[in-house]
Amino acid sequence: MDKEKKPYLSAKGVTKSFGFGRQKTVAVDNINLDLYEGEVISIVGESGSGKTTLSKVLLGLINQTSGDVYFQGVKRDISSQARKREYWKNIQAIFQDPFSSYNIFNKIDSVLLDCINMRGGVYFPREKKTEMMIEACSFVNLKFEELTNKYPFELSGGQMQRLMIARIFLLQPKILLADEPTSMIDACSRATILDELMHLRKEVGMTIIFITHDIGLAYYVSDNVYIMEKGRFVESGAADDVILRPKEPYTQRLINDVPKIYEEWDLSTV
Amino acid sequence: MANTMLEVKDLSTKYVTRFNEGVYAVDRVSLKVEEGKSLGIAGESGCGKSTLALSLMGYYFPPLHYMNGDITINGNNISGLKAEDVRKTILGKEVAYIPQAAMNALNPTRKIIHFIEDVILEHEMYVTKKDIYGRAKKLFETLGLPPEVLQKYPVELSGGMKQRTVIAISVMLLPKVLIADEPSSALDVTSQKMVIKMLKHLMEAGFISSMIFITHELPLLYNVVDDIMVMYAGQIVEKGSSHEMVFDPIHPYSKGLMGSIIVPEKGLRDVKLTAIPGVPPNLKKPPAGCRFAERCRFVRPECRVTDVAMREAEHGRMYRCIIPEAELREAYAREEHKNG
Amino acid sequence: MKHILQQVFRSGKFVTGFSIFMAIILIVVFYPMIITDAPLSIIGQGTFFPPGIYVSVYDSLSSTTYILNLDDATTKRITNKLNDEDRVSIKEWLVAAGIPESEIDTTDTQKLLDQWFTNYDSQKNVPGMTNAKRNYYVRLNTALKSLLSPEAAAVMQVNPLNNELEQIGTINQTDYVNVGEVANIRILPLGTDNFGRDVLTELVSATRVSLQIGFVAGIIATLIGLTLGLLAGYIGGFVDDIITFITNLFIVIPPFVLLILISFSIGQEQRGAFTIAVVIGFTSWVWTARAVRSQVISLRNRDHVNLSKLSGHSIVHIILNDILPYILSYVIMAFILQISSGILAEAGLSILGLGPRTTDVPTLGLMMNWAMIYQAHILGNWWAYMPVLVTIALITFSMNLMNTGMDQIFNPALRD
Repeated sequence: MDKEKKPYLSAKGVTKSFGFGRQKTVAVDNINLDLYEGEVISIVGESGSGKTTLSKVLLGLINQTSGDVYFQGVKRDISSQARKREYWKNIQAIFQDPFSSYNIFNKIDSVLLDCINMRGGVYFPREKKTEMMIEACSFVNLKFEELTNKYPFELSGGQMQRLMIARIFLLQPKILLADEPTSMIDACSRATILDELMHLRKEVGMTIIFITHDIGLAYYVSDNVYIMEKGRFVESGAADDVILRPKEPYTQRLINDVPKIYEEWDLSTV
Repeated sequence: MANTMLEVKDLSTKYVTRFNEGVYAVDRVSLKVEEGKSLGIAGESGCGKSTLALSLMGYYFPPLHYMNGDITINGNNISGLKAEDVRKTILGKEVAYIPQAAMNALNPTRKIIHFIEDVILEHEMYVTKKDIYGRAKKLFETLGLPPEVLQKYPVELSGGMKQRTVIAISVMLLPKVLIADEPSSALDVTSQKMVIKMLKHLMEAGFISSMIFITHELPLLYNVVDDIMVMYAGQIVEKGSSHEMVFDPIHPYSKGLMGSIIVPEKGLRDVKLTAIPGVPPNLKKPPAGCRFAERCRFVRPECRVTDVAMREAEHGRMYRCIIPEAELREAYAREEHKNG
Repeated sequence: MKHILQQVFRSGKFVTGFSIFMAIILIVVFYPMIITDAPLSIIGQGTFFPPGIYVSVYDSLSSTTYILNLDDATTKRITNKLNDEDRVSIKEWLVAAGIPESEIDTTDTQKLLDQWFTNYDSQKNVPGMTNAKRNYYVRLNTALKSLLSPEAAAVMQVNPLNNELEQIGTINQTDYVNVGEVANIRILPLGTDNFGRDVLTELVSATRVSLQIGFVAGIIATLIGLTLGLLAGYIGGFVDDIITFITNLFIVIPPFVLLILISFSIGQEQRGAFTIAVVIGFTSWVWTARAVRSQVISLRNRDHVNLSKLSGHSIVHIILNDILPYILSYVIMAFILQISSGILAEAGLSILGLGPRTTDVPTLGLMMNWAMIYQAHILGNWWAYMPVLVTIALITFSMNLMNTGMDQIFNPALRD
């Protein structure tokens, strides 16, 4: 990784809190993050650590309480709908639960057409649109002919998540934020999803942020890992360093508590 | 030879939907758990493992219906009993069941001790509340739970503590067999470890004789149980000791399943995860022949025709495939060689 | 959509409710086509004619007569004429005359008359009887005898030439007319009300007006509630605070009190049925708004909405495409309940005399009001209020039934 390069996306002192006074809870606390082009990072945390809130702030779905997000070195401005749309051409997301990620009243075609329209393909001829949809579906090994005029909920969880990747393929964003993309689907389909995400990264040259609670998954896919606890990053660095040689007690505990198969899983530590 | 605690022969159960369609979720399952042993059931979601757990108790309520098969718990055949008799004499005393969301089953307006009173008073007639409190306190202390929990309301406890409390309540009557269906999936890793430690302690200290543990998390299963059974589309496809099953599976489905394990350990990044294309069959109309045929890379024409029986392999292992073990191993070796 | 409809029509409750409701609608639509009378025309001179078939006496006289010799004709005639009071009096006399009470049965007319004629003696002195009572018994005896006499009744007419009364015919006890041949018959299945209006015609018209009031009130309430709920729920923040404040304000004031005050201040002359409907609509949107708001809040954070945002859709597009379809089933159910509660609210207002002005259209509430003012419930004129009650009950029952049926279908889906 060429560290001389400017970071692609960076967060400087990003804080998000909910409520006021006594009920104030700080979900994301003074987070600094630099993401370089082509990198895959993982943000690992247990539930309630604020990782989903952080991902929504990075996506621009909610506004941070303080701090700034810089995109390509420029402070992000998402004050108007048009600017938001511009920003979202560069950053897209895959969410955890494929079953709630789709509007159950929209057909699969309209999900894909939305993406074509967003990339400025509103006035493309019908054949070209269909061709693009077929290409996107075949990228994730789905057959468009079998999907057209169907509703997303008629597919299996794994297929729905692959359709989500097809959507990203059409949108071609610079950054993909994958919020637990495999936690709701079966282990057998998980490898497919991960393979396709990596394939997408190679084809499109995308930068990927994984949000996950699964340390194994983070270790498997990412170059850099950020461990998050109570809204803060407690440890970060290259995946091998953080996972195999953790320094912070929190990280050590977290890795210790995950069941292992090659090494002894020490039950006496709790 | 140790006593057989739970034996199931050819058990089939089904769900009946609102539109009167049958979903054949457990199909001719046979299993045996010996005293002091624990059995794990692994499989994808929708393969019928939770239904099997429910069916094992012999207590059926709609939409789950019993079809045929025998269940023998500690020498008593319970498959002919009425539901009410099963509830009175079997549940809690012989078999205890812990579902995934067990901790949410606690009524938030009652103290923990009340649940224990309920359980004991349902099965024993002449006990005073003082006795019950004494017994509960003793049990909680043995299991490493603070006895103050007894006087607390469920909302005052953390998720992991609640789950451990529920487990403690369920073994109050010292059941022979404990069926734990994903008891730790909703918890964070540390609480999960505590729950597992407690379950292991229950086995070692003799509170329960045998355990059936159901989860989709294979690394966890590997660390908890002695034997693993892999279920696919309502059927058992392979059975063996946990070490053999994880590192040396025979059936192509188990092979795929074990190949998808991710653990944060050295060398994992070089492992290529395996994927199984396709989706499991619809259990409303299970296919004739091998149920895995659609997704199997070694599929042969005869797979789709006849029912495939369980075969025996060394060390008492069983697998359900028409291809002999040696041939399968050869094929795996070839694949490995090709992938480098 | 088709699938949802199929499911809804598979629910027994919904189908029952729907059939009752459609039957009411069909009656309301087709009845005025068959019976074209104006619903408020006063046809009866007098109050509360009981339900029945009314045959013109004058026309019966001039109709062809047929002679039928029926054995029980006399008994029936006397049974009809002898009212309960007379029967009790006869019994009193007989008891006083020494007949054992156990032998007297006031319901058995034939036996009672036999006992009377064999025992009655106008000269006989019963101890403790007043003179007036004695005269009453004489009159009763005469009347009964005349009923039993086989004499014909004479029909007289004033001759216009000489102003003298002339007999133009006789009516024998065995004379009958065929109802079909009588020129003027009026069937009043539910009698007439206090003003002498046909209750059934009035009821059908009132049901129509009440349903219209319910629909208008329901549409207004649902629209206001839906709009405010969507805005408050989706936009949140300051908009939410303001709308929630207004909603809470309306919740604190009981809507019926508000309704009464507004109705009263509008004044009797300005209160048409439509005005009342609008007033009801404007006071009953509160719960819809609250429920929609809370549903939208839970939907707003769902991933499909986030995804729609990331696809660059505008707020209007998201509300219409990603929020509204999810709550539509709930809104339809709320709408149905609003209709039925609108009908009930109108009835409540009208009973208090604050309903629509009484001159142009009847409503279910107004009919109850009239029946109550003219003391139908005290006089026992059940036909003036009972059918109205049953109609209101049927309408609200059928709507609630439809609602419950839909609830069963939609809710498991909504809760995933």
